[in-house]
Amino acid sequence: MLRLSLKRRRRLLPWLLLGPGLLWLVVFFAIPLLNQLNVSLQTGDPESGYVFDWAFGTYADAVADYDEQFLRSIVYAAVATVLCFVIAFPLAYFIAYRAGRWKNFMLLLIVLPFFMSYVLRTVAWQLILADGGWVVSRLQDVGLVADDGRLLASTTAVIAGITYNFLPFMALPLYVSLEKVDRRLIEAATDLYASRATAFRRVTLPLALPGIFAGSLLTFIPATGDFINAALLGTPRQFMIGNVIQSKFLVIQDYPSAAALSFILMTFILLGIFAYARALGARNLTEAAI
Amino acid sequence: MRAGDRVRSWLLGGWAALALLYLFVPIFIVVLFSFNDNRGRFNFTWQGFTLDHWARPFENPDLAVALKNSLLIALISTVIAVVLGTFMALALVRYGSRGRTLVDFFIFLPLATPEVVLGAALLALFLTFAFNTGFATIVIAHAMFTISYVVVTVKARLEGMDRHIEEAAMDLGATEWTTFRKVTLPMIAPGVGAAALLAAAISVDDYVITSFNAGQTQTFPLFIFGATRQGVPPEVNVLATGLLVIVLALMGLNVVLQRRLARRDAARAADAHTASLPA
Repeated sequence: MLRLSLKRRRRLLPWLLLGPGLLWLVVFFAIPLLNQLNVSLQTGDPESGYVFDWAFGTYADAVADYDEQFLRSIVYAAVATVLCFVIAFPLAYFIAYRAGRWKNFMLLLIVLPFFMSYVLRTVAWQLILADGGWVVSRLQDVGLVADDGRLLASTTAVIAGITYNFLPFMALPLYVSLEKVDRRLIEAATDLYASRATAFRRVTLPLALPGIFAGSLLTFIPATGDFINAALLGTPRQFMIGNVIQSKFLVIQDYPSAAALSFILMTFILLGIFAYARALGARNLTEAAI
Repeated sequence: MRAGDRVRSWLLGGWAALALLYLFVPIFIVVLFSFNDNRGRFNFTWQGFTLDHWARPFENPDLAVALKNSLLIALISTVIAVVLGTFMALALVRYGSRGRTLVDFFIFLPLATPEVVLGAALLALFLTFAFNTGFATIVIAHAMFTISYVVVTVKARLEGMDRHIEEAAMDLGATEWTTFRKVTLPMIAPGVGAAALLAAAISVDDYVITSFNAGQTQTFPLFIFGATRQGVPPEVNVLATGLLVIVLALMGLNVVLQRRLARRDAARAADAHTASLPA
């Protein structure tokens, strides 16, 4: 009797532990996404309200009207991801292999920006790139910026801001995967007469691949949806899809169109993740990302 | 070859230093301009050193309210996320069998969803059910998107843990609850602490999701974003710097505490070992 109830309890326990958290995620994550699908198919206007109408036209209009912002989001995020990789890889490599006893300190330095307000750090970039500021003046001196040119309110500023803000998301997974690489494999490669470049290309890089994938995802996903950098460092000519969704929801109150746009964005990113997952194996992906 | 190595090493180190510098310039600017004796509304050009803003960081009442809201929201949402997330991690690592991959994927999804989408979807839900947005909805939103971070962090700690210690406790007659309280929890405490710190940091800093679900409630990031047009007051720099210092102090404290605990455990183990030796 006791044994049976214990067995039953054992079977129930995991679900009791999982239950509340899963419920929270279902109610405030899964249901909102489904509800958003519902909202995106409604018609109406802010004054008289919206009703469900299978209005698939909203999707077509959204793509037609905002293809430019969609494309811009993807291009900005892609460029920023590549820049993050170029900046972060040598940094992660240095920390993993050369930093010695400074390793933990350098890792702390990488996560430190997380503890200062994202918005405020972006405002600091406004100041750094400001017209007539030190940076712009020096760049004008060497002719990299035209005398009447500016850095703030430009595409360069927005991409630089995105790159800056998501750099740690690239650097940390890269470091983790490089750290895991078995040094003896690299030694074996050089012992077998591979040049250092070949050993790097054929051993280190493939073994660091999960980190490269994870870092790219962790950078690209939030970068695509970002609107703070475009809002603070750009002009409407640099606005990304996040800016459109935000203003449609909060300013114009065109909910169906905003919901459709955010659904398209979500689908695009999920498709991207599945493509990655196929290329890498789903298990590896969740593991690498987490 | 030797010289080439040295050059390569220097280049690598130089690049790493530059990358870190890139990460640090804005933080340095924020700290520096908390001491700026600014004239007018904008705190954009250096006018001279002053400690005035540090003496009266809460002078702006709106800012004080915004910061208080942010800290309170972070506290409540972190408690919710840490409790729910830790239990989920426990279930996944300890009892996970059927359906685990699916649950894992479901927990991973919010991390893979852009914040705009999360915020917008949640707002649409609140609108649909005519639920007024404000303090409570911000807490709900923050708990929702930090749970996944908690699960991931605690799971990592649990996976590296020796299961035999828990089994030993149960073999010695401890109930599951006692085992959890006396064995499991103390062992995963560093992981839970790290998860709480992470969740709180993400909550305090969040602008995007909050902007959708805040209603009339102000938070620290919302205040800053709103202030950018009229110029961000230097008190913001003071408070942000203060928060940074507090977090660093907490992290340092955590490290010291862990070390002390580890030393104490080692000493105890040594004592037990000596005591068990035949006289």
